[in-house]
Amino acid sequence: MNLTLKIWRQANAAAKGNIETYPISDVSPDMSFLEMMDVLNEELMVKGIDPVAFDHDCREGICGMCSMFINGEAHGPDRLVTTCQLHMRKFNDGDTITIEPFRANAFPVIKDLTVDRSAFDRIQQAGGFVSVNTSGNTQDANSIPIDKHDADKAFDAAICIGCGACVASCKNASAMLFVSAKVSQYALLPQGKIEATDRVLNMVKQMDDEGFGNCTNTGACEVECPKGISLENIARMNREYYSASLEG
Amino acid sequence: MISSSIARKLAMALSGVFLVLFLGQHFTINMTSVISEKTFNSISHFMGSNPLVQFVLQPILIFGVLFHFIMGFVLEIKNRKSRSIKYTAFNGAANASWVSRNMIFSGIVILSFLGLHFYDFWFPEINYKYIEFLPENPNRYYEELVHKFHDPIKVILYSVSFFFLALHLYHGFASSFQTIGVNNKFSKSIKLFTVAFSIVVPLGFVFIAVFHHLNGQ
Repeated sequence: MNLTLKIWRQANAAAKGNIETYPISDVSPDMSFLEMMDVLNEELMVKGIDPVAFDHDCREGICGMCSMFINGEAHGPDRLVTTCQLHMRKFNDGDTITIEPFRANAFPVIKDLTVDRSAFDRIQQAGGFVSVNTSGNTQDANSIPIDKHDADKAFDAAICIGCGACVASCKNASAMLFVSAKVSQYALLPQGKIEATDRVLNMVKQMDDEGFGNCTNTGACEVECPKGISLENIARMNREYYSASLEG
Repeated sequence: MISSSIARKLAMALSGVFLVLFLGQHFTINMTSVISEKTFNSISHFMGSNPLVQFVLQPILIFGVLFHFIMGFVLEIKNRKSRSIKYTAFNGAANASWVSRNMIFSGIVILSFLGLHFYDFWFPEINYKYIEFLPENPNRYYEELVHKFHDPIKVILYSVSFFFLALHLYHGFASSFQTIGVNNKFSKSIKLFTVAFSIVVPLGFVFIAVFHHLNGQ
């Protein structure tokens, strides 16, 4: 496959970025998107051009590091996959592919296609945890009966890898899907209910402080989420928030 | 609580549901005008002269309308500020409907329509009753309605506005339940009702406008 890549280049956080065009040839349809980027970078380095910086780690869709906005969609045109799981067979010979970083004021660009997603870490630190007494008399988690229905829903929420595709896809750069997944995974389990009130209030406050936009229920986040996190979690977080606000 | 993003969205959703309830009532009353002139006059006279409607419900309605629009703009401004640098390529159609992505535009059309609607009906009514203090005439409402739709341009303007109202309702009504926190076994029924309401009510309003235009020829 011969392709034309239009890639956002930005030297650093303070620099003004722009789209650069790079032709690439002999791309195998069996390559992953990141492998194609590796080949491009090798060619750029041979030419003495600074390689394109992009985030990646596990390359098997579980770490949430890769974060490219490809042809107008987070993680590209495929569904329920991260960029590392996207294959070049999803494109056609002669295509022009536009590659940009995830864009949101809360996700500032560090360099080229890498963005700072530490806003998600700070939201997690605000309440995305369960305080466990580790003094030696901790109750065995398996001894606490949990309804199978709730356990399944908690697991469905917990598979969020925090990649930020929801923010990148939302026209408002809202982080509601991410935060609601983190709130839900605890709210549904008995271990998480103890701190439920403070958790949702603190995490939503942190989300707002980070400068994410408001949810307008377009559903784009759910469609683009590589893990299929449901909008049902946002409704649950809203209920948790109303309840916590009345209590608090 | 109102300072948080979720609280603002809740306020937006609740004011929207309130306006949908008003719209249903407005539609029902207007539909009587194509069935019975006498009934329409009778209900309109009641609504126009009852102190509870005039001095309690009407101000609440106006507050609800203003609140919904102002909050809509406040949220839109905040949302736009959340992504200062736009994408070169943003394929919004790949994952969300045009209607859901453009509520601000359908809302602005509806706001413009309300200006025209107030100019046509509300301001003359306030002038009639509370400025010029003209003598009470319980039978004037139907004639006024027919007269307003004599101009075909007005019928077209109203019809276009109702089309955008349909788009706004199509996303807004079901969306408000998601914001309120309802996403469960009832969601499918809520969506079905939303689709039916967003088609039947605006189309009914168009029918009323066209009916009285032809009626007045």
